[in-house]
Amino acid sequence: MNEALSAETISIAGQDGDEIEAYLARPVGSDQFGSVVIIHHMPGYDSATKEIARKFAAYGYAALIPNLYHRDAPGASPDDAAATARAKGGIPDERLVGDVAGAASYLRGLPGANGKVGVIGYCSGGRQSFLAACSLQLDAAVDCYGACVVYPPPEGMPLKVQPIVGMSKDLSCPLLGLFGADDKFPSPGETAELSKVLDDLGKPHEFHTYEGAGHAFFSVNRPAYRVEAANDGWAKIWDFYGRYLAS
Amino acid sequence: MCTYLTETIKITGSGKGAGGWFAVSDASVYFDHPVHALAEHTLNIDFRNPAKGPAARVAVELTAESARELARAIEAALASAPPGMVA
Repeated sequence: MNEALSAETISIAGQDGDEIEAYLARPVGSDQFGSVVIIHHMPGYDSATKEIARKFAAYGYAALIPNLYHRDAPGASPDDAAATARAKGGIPDERLVGDVAGAASYLRGLPGANGKVGVIGYCSGGRQSFLAACSLQLDAAVDCYGACVVYPPPEGMPLKVQPIVGMSKDLSCPLLGLFGADDKFPSPGETAELSKVLDDLGKPHEFHTYEGAGHAFFSVNRPAYRVEAANDGWAKIWDFYGRYLAS
Repeated sequence: MCTYLTETIKITGSGKGAGGWFAVSDASVYFDHPVHALAEHTLNIDFRNPAKGPAARVAVELTAESARELARAIEAALASAPPGMVA
């Protein structure tokens, strides 16, 4: 691994063939690389998420972040786009699946790609990573503290998202779950329940719940950052993708 | 978590954003992750004018305590206005 990489903003075809903005980071000077679709968190297609894409490229994976808010606010800054998407009620599940499908297809077509594509998502993207892995043929999925997979949103919260645990039988690939013991959404009880459902279905998965960590512990630019959990989480990701995505 | 919970109201007034003053027509109020404030969750208000595009926005992110203080201050300011001045 020489860690050389290139990164750029591109256009890809998302749900219904819509052209949407996306950020691509990929290794340079290597071939037979695996690929990862990164699902950004609810605050949007921001610089911190693009940094994650470059990290994947430095570790030898092509990484692509579809801008899930592109249709709502083309050309807007990430925070303005996130505010607009929120005001519209968030992203429909079917649109998310279509955009991830478009991103995966683009990655499979890159010269040098080995054809294997994983997905990873943070926060709301954690749920969406599970959703994508249950809706599309993928090779490995990582769910970082995604809520509302098993439990419905708390009473009185007009969330559009609904539990998707019923889709578990369609999970197409191994799942790595990384959670915080202090998180309430998802709570350790919710992730334990998901683990049991996957056990009963014989779906390969490994969940890790970190003591002393809550929601968003990977976010280096936020107070929620927990270095021990994040470092170990990254090690788990490299091991997991190394087994399922690398050549 | 990402709470998604958003109170959206119609408002009348003006705000000053990156491009100067503009009329605001909508406000989104929610308690969720901030973009900039150093807190895990904040009370966020977006004063917006969707007709002028996503950038027509004045945003604030306040700790819960600050937000409650602000709400009290707004009510106090309105209550202290002379009779007949406030509709």
